[in-house]
Amino acid sequence: MIGALCALDLVLFYIFWELMLVPMYFLIGVWGGPRRIYAAIKFFLFTMVGSVLMLLAILALYFHYNGETGIYTFNILELYKANIPLVKQYWLFAAFALSFAIKVPMFPFHTWLPDAHTEAPTAGSVILAGVLLKMGTYGFIRFAIPLFPAAAFAAVPIISWLAIVGIIYGAIMCIMQTDLKRLVAYSSVSHLGYVMLGIFAFNMQGLEGGIYQMLNHGISTGGLFLIVGMIYERRHTRMIADFGGLSKVMPRLAAFFMIVTLSSIALPGTNGFVGEFLILLGAFRSNMLYGVLAATGVILGAVYMLWMFQRVMFGQITKEENRKLLDLTKRETAILCAIVFFVFLMGMYPKPFFKKMDASAENYLHCLQMKNFSSYSPGGSMQIKQAEAK
Amino acid sequence: MVFIIPELAFGWIIPEIIIAICAVFLLLLAAFFGKKQDIGKLSGVISLIGAGLALAFTCSMWDANTNIFNSLYTIDNFGTFFKATALIVSLLVTLLSLRYVEREDMIKGEYYSLLLFSVLGMMIMVSSNHFITIFIGLELMSISIYVLCGLLAGNPRSAEASLKYFLLGAFSTAFLLYGMALVYGTTGLLDIREIAGYVLSGAFHLSPMFMVGLALLIVGFGFKTASVPFHMWTPDVYEGAPTSITAFMATGVKAAAFGAFLRVFYTAFAPFLEGWSGILWLIAVLTMTLGNITALVQDNIKRMLAYSSIAHAGYILIAFTIGDKTFSSSILYYVLAYTFMNIGAFAVVILLGQKDAENTGIESYAGLAGRHPAIALSMTIFLLSLAGVPPLAGFMGKFYVLSAAIKAKYYWLAVIGVLNSAVAAYYYLRVIMHMYFREPTEELGRPEFSPAYAAVIIVCVWALLHMGIFPRDFLLIAQKSVSIFMQ
Repeated sequence: MIGALCALDLVLFYIFWELMLVPMYFLIGVWGGPRRIYAAIKFFLFTMVGSVLMLLAILALYFHYNGETGIYTFNILELYKANIPLVKQYWLFAAFALSFAIKVPMFPFHTWLPDAHTEAPTAGSVILAGVLLKMGTYGFIRFAIPLFPAAAFAAVPIISWLAIVGIIYGAIMCIMQTDLKRLVAYSSVSHLGYVMLGIFAFNMQGLEGGIYQMLNHGISTGGLFLIVGMIYERRHTRMIADFGGLSKVMPRLAAFFMIVTLSSIALPGTNGFVGEFLILLGAFRSNMLYGVLAATGVILGAVYMLWMFQRVMFGQITKEENRKLLDLTKRETAILCAIVFFVFLMGMYPKPFFKKMDASAENYLHCLQMKNFSSYSPGGSMQIKQAEAK
Repeated sequence: MVFIIPELAFGWIIPEIIIAICAVFLLLLAAFFGKKQDIGKLSGVISLIGAGLALAFTCSMWDANTNIFNSLYTIDNFGTFFKATALIVSLLVTLLSLRYVEREDMIKGEYYSLLLFSVLGMMIMVSSNHFITIFIGLELMSISIYVLCGLLAGNPRSAEASLKYFLLGAFSTAFLLYGMALVYGTTGLLDIREIAGYVLSGAFHLSPMFMVGLALLIVGFGFKTASVPFHMWTPDVYEGAPTSITAFMATGVKAAAFGAFLRVFYTAFAPFLEGWSGILWLIAVLTMTLGNITALVQDNIKRMLAYSSIAHAGYILIAFTIGDKTFSSSILYYVLAYTFMNIGAFAVVILLGQKDAENTGIESYAGLAGRHPAIALSMTIFLLSLAGVPPLAGFMGKFYVLSAAIKAKYYWLAVIGVLNSAVAAYYYLRVIMHMYFREPTEELGRPEFSPAYAAVIIVCVWALLHMGIFPRDFLLIAQKSVSIFMQ
């Protein structure tokens, strides 16, 4: 995975990208829940279909660039400079976008996610949520958009709408879920919808918010999966209906759960707020309607998370088995403390994170606009070249 | 009348001579001592030594380029590459057979002898620019294989495989020969380089007869490479034949057939690229799609591998269709990679079989990882390589083939190819899933492990990893081999 993040060479990126699948396949398949085989195969096939098309697009880009400049290279820093005709850009962007969208996963390619998450062991879920899903959004930022800026701009409405549908659909699905883990999984769909919306707002706030939200999602959703895993270890069930009143027997777990839940809802003071606020700001700036629709997702988010929390933690203890549950061990407390620390750090004092991001995001957008401008009008590229020459 | 005594150039065909002598010697050995003593081990060792020697001599001929026996026979890098591939296949298959032949109680002396004869056929077939020599090689290879398919004495499926292959094979050979005859009829030439020269000269007029001949040649070679719609024999024959012979057919025969196919079409018929590449486009798409989709529903591993080998022929045909001479090196790379992954997979199939119980049902593999983790791991590597997962050789092979397609702007062919490989991933994963995620359903009995099996499996795993991670050397060799088309 780290290989994939570091790779500036497209083929190397592809190899690492595919390589991630195999261990994940076994992680889900060997240690997963009852429907693990189905989930593992679904996961593998979904991502495989997307990635092979990306491979073709990589090759097409490679030969195109050679035709243009006579150099054979897979280095993306070189390929960024390629001047690709619009129609070709659309096709190539579509291939890349499909592959990344499946990984993100965006609506309507998200169906593998709840299955994979539900069946995966806790560690698998955390890795899936924390790192693997980020690969998709990372791919968009790093490869799909800068390589094919014109096509990306043209695709803004489609992707934004899909993101919004994802946000709202994911939230509504969450309300309906009876399984804790599935609920968290669908909340991932919703959260990643925000990330995509932010990235495709194409302004400073949106982009930074998107990247920030990627981090947040890893922390808060990862935290949620950990907590659900801890509860599961004790009770061996994840059905919401089996719980109720847990806060009486497990006060410490309840407190941590509350904080992580609130962070997932994006309450001010937690990390989720910063990211979501920025994304919404970006979305409003680029298109009012997107912003309004996405904001309803925040409300729905509060509804499903709080309702879930209430059903699991508060009320009377309805089941006898639940009376004897042990509270957190020291090890578990330590893990959750780390997560809560980051929740508050990133919520209260996001500056160090943004400082790192600011320069690169600004530069990124600047390049993007220059390049986009140049690929729309042939005169533009001349001007830029002249400017560079000076 | 001047009678030209052919230059005595036996030095160039030492590998062929070694193989021929070994084969005849084994036949005599079996005839004189076969009844009284057990000569299985001895025969195996002799053929191993023979093939090893021949391989060493073949490799020493790298970069040699000459025509001998009045241009009936050619030594060039292209031929050397395929000869070496055939010899490697025969070495690996012989290693596999050492135990397998004992276990299944096959007729031993003749088994190794026929195997060597068939290898000899392959070597002749890929190293000639002359239609007659190509045909003789092909026949020598095919007839030996017809017999080998039926060597499982007392097994009706094996007999069926043999008969079926023989009847259909004879039919397809007739097509091939007829195609050669028609081409000869229109051009008056049998040497494919001379045909190429003649076709480009002004004297040639494109006649329907010539094109029919070309089409018949496609049918003939299509049969040997198991391409759709000439694949009907493949699943039954692969399933019925002794597993070691199946491995041999799926790799050696296919490689040799592709070698001859490539040489004939890229030399003699290169000027008519537009004519045949359309046909091959369709054959490639049909071959991949049908092979993969049918493989999805197979519950027998041998049958599944048979269909998968059809599908792989389709991938190779992608690069073939394009007609780009530089990129035809991707075909050679793919053939070599495919050889190792397929022999590896069949080695595991053989290893898990028992006398009278081949255990080729997919259920037999359930829970394999728990009982034999090493075998399961190597099978996983072979299957993932077949599925084209990086960083294994199968991925690099697909990568080069697809590069060729994209370079030549055959976008749809490439898209169909990759979608097919995604479909294929399912059935390979299904086996892995059974090995790792399922509980064993039946008792398999202890596999008879022997160092020979281990050697084959280790060699294949090593080759796949090496070719996948450092593809450069192999690609250079492949590029040097196809440089003969560039002249």
